[in-house]
Amino acid sequence: MALTAENVNSIAYLARLGIDEKDVEAYAKDLSGILDLVEQMGSVETEGVLPMAHPTDQPQRLREDEVTEHDQRDYFQKLAPQVEAGLYLVPKVIE
Amino acid sequence: MHTKTIAELARGLQNREYSSVELTQHFLGRIKQAESVNAFVTVTEEQAMAVAKKADEQIAKGQAGPLTGIPIGQKDIFCTQDVKTSCGSKMLDNFISPYSATVVEKINQAGAVMLGKLNMDEFAMGSSNETSFYGAVKNPWDTTAVPGGSSGGSAAAVAARLVAGATGTDTGGSIRQPAAFCGITGLKPTYGRVSRYGMIAFASSLDQAGPMTQTVEDAAIMLQAMAGFDPKDSTSVDQPVPDYLDGLEKDIKGLKIGLIKEFFADGLDEGCAKTVQAALDEYRKMGAEIKEISLPNLKLSIPVYYVIAPAECSANLSRYDGVRFGYRCEDPKDLNDMYIRSRGEAFGAEVKRRILIGTYALSAGYYDAYYIKAQKVRRLISEDFKKAFSDVDVIMGPVTPTTAFGIGEKTSDPIEMYLSDMYTIAVNLAGLPAISIPAGFSDNKPVGLQIIGNYFAESQLLNVAHQYQKVTDWHQQLPEQFA
Repeated sequence: MALTAENVNSIAYLARLGIDEKDVEAYAKDLSGILDLVEQMGSVETEGVLPMAHPTDQPQRLREDEVTEHDQRDYFQKLAPQVEAGLYLVPKVIE
Repeated sequence: MHTKTIAELARGLQNREYSSVELTQHFLGRIKQAESVNAFVTVTEEQAMAVAKKADEQIAKGQAGPLTGIPIGQKDIFCTQDVKTSCGSKMLDNFISPYSATVVEKINQAGAVMLGKLNMDEFAMGSSNETSFYGAVKNPWDTTAVPGGSSGGSAAAVAARLVAGATGTDTGGSIRQPAAFCGITGLKPTYGRVSRYGMIAFASSLDQAGPMTQTVEDAAIMLQAMAGFDPKDSTSVDQPVPDYLDGLEKDIKGLKIGLIKEFFADGLDEGCAKTVQAALDEYRKMGAEIKEISLPNLKLSIPVYYVIAPAECSANLSRYDGVRFGYRCEDPKDLNDMYIRSRGEAFGAEVKRRILIGTYALSAGYYDAYYIKAQKVRRLISEDFKKAFSDVDVIMGPVTPTTAFGIGEKTSDPIEMYLSDMYTIAVNLAGLPAISIPAGFSDNKPVGLQIIGNYFAESQLLNVAHQYQKVTDWHQQLPEQFA
């Protein structure tokens, strides 16, 4: 499977991941190589095999619906690049 | 003091041969001298001295445990409250964690003295520690070689005796491969044995934390402190933790060892093969039976891994968006520009490759062909192991196809780098425990022996590995430059 530069640009956009224009070709080559490696999976028949999402087959645990976390907004927001009045600020979205 | 194991240091502390403060100062001095190894991202000197003082008080009161006052290092993937937690990335270079990982809390509670945060491949994606934002780590045995990765800082710090023990994490070999390259002991426990809470996620169905130490006995001591059920991690397994020191001395006569035929085929360096065979001879001498087994689907481990791990990585790393914490680009012109440039400027090339592959594998039209297919083959690999364990007690083989390669040798070809994990990845896919122990040298560089156990058979693994260390002294060797 060979990916083109155009493919790389559209995957990168899906992931909201900036890639330098000068590096796109190199990524296309590397990713195509990885996909070739991955293609080897096709050599084994998997009809009827149950996909394995997880190493342990345990069900999701449930817990009592009780408050276990207390409000630490101010503490956590100290880490943020930009906050105001308890809100996280991002560039303007709505005109 | 630095050549002593955790168990020996604890006895020295008990007998007042030295204090934890003295021990901590000694190791901090060594860290300064060995700065060129680049094992640490952050050294927490002040905090360490304060903890050491407290440890000495506890020892004086007769309240010391096996880790009280012992200098250790934490891989920089574990969140440490009020201490920078970078995960080897520019993305988190400014991240001071607001809370501590369960592993960190447990080790702190056990009284260990954290000397700092250890260097690693960016977001644990790498096999050589060369993808770190903070630069490559050097292998103490040969400073032109890599220490392995992603827990390369941890392995190098233990090998150079800069810490008595360290934590690591293993998603596809990231504890075992650097342990082998640096001539130390590294244990990857069963998936779910150690809490992942506060351990920065790479591939959530594969990641598992474990100890990296000089000896198996020390690994048992550290695992004892790390293991256990944690309600904060939904994949943590609610099973009692046995006393890992208890079973170490058991006789292994009659132990059935499986030898994976496929691991001794093409690609295994001759020197490594010979060293592993010599280790197997030691086990024969101890009365173990060795039989060849075949796990035919193991050859697909790398292809499966490079779908599942990137898929999970692309989902996990979507949280780094420049909004709530971490890196944000300068002067974003709109919201999309902020996401794209923050992520583009702060992630390195290997992380980007994996996000791209994962995004592609999970995208509409490709999901079944890649992701579901990989999960199906993953089950076949895991069933191969199940079959094998109905016949043998443990499985042995090499950890790596070669000894530590040179810094820069494999950076231009990502696939060649991926293949260096060919013997370790299957264990993560199945979720099994495995240990890497020093088994000798090839071309003056350490070679590891890998022992794989059945689910939750950590006690048995430690027992089997410890018996080897009782009749060999590879684990006591240390690089001359750091003696």
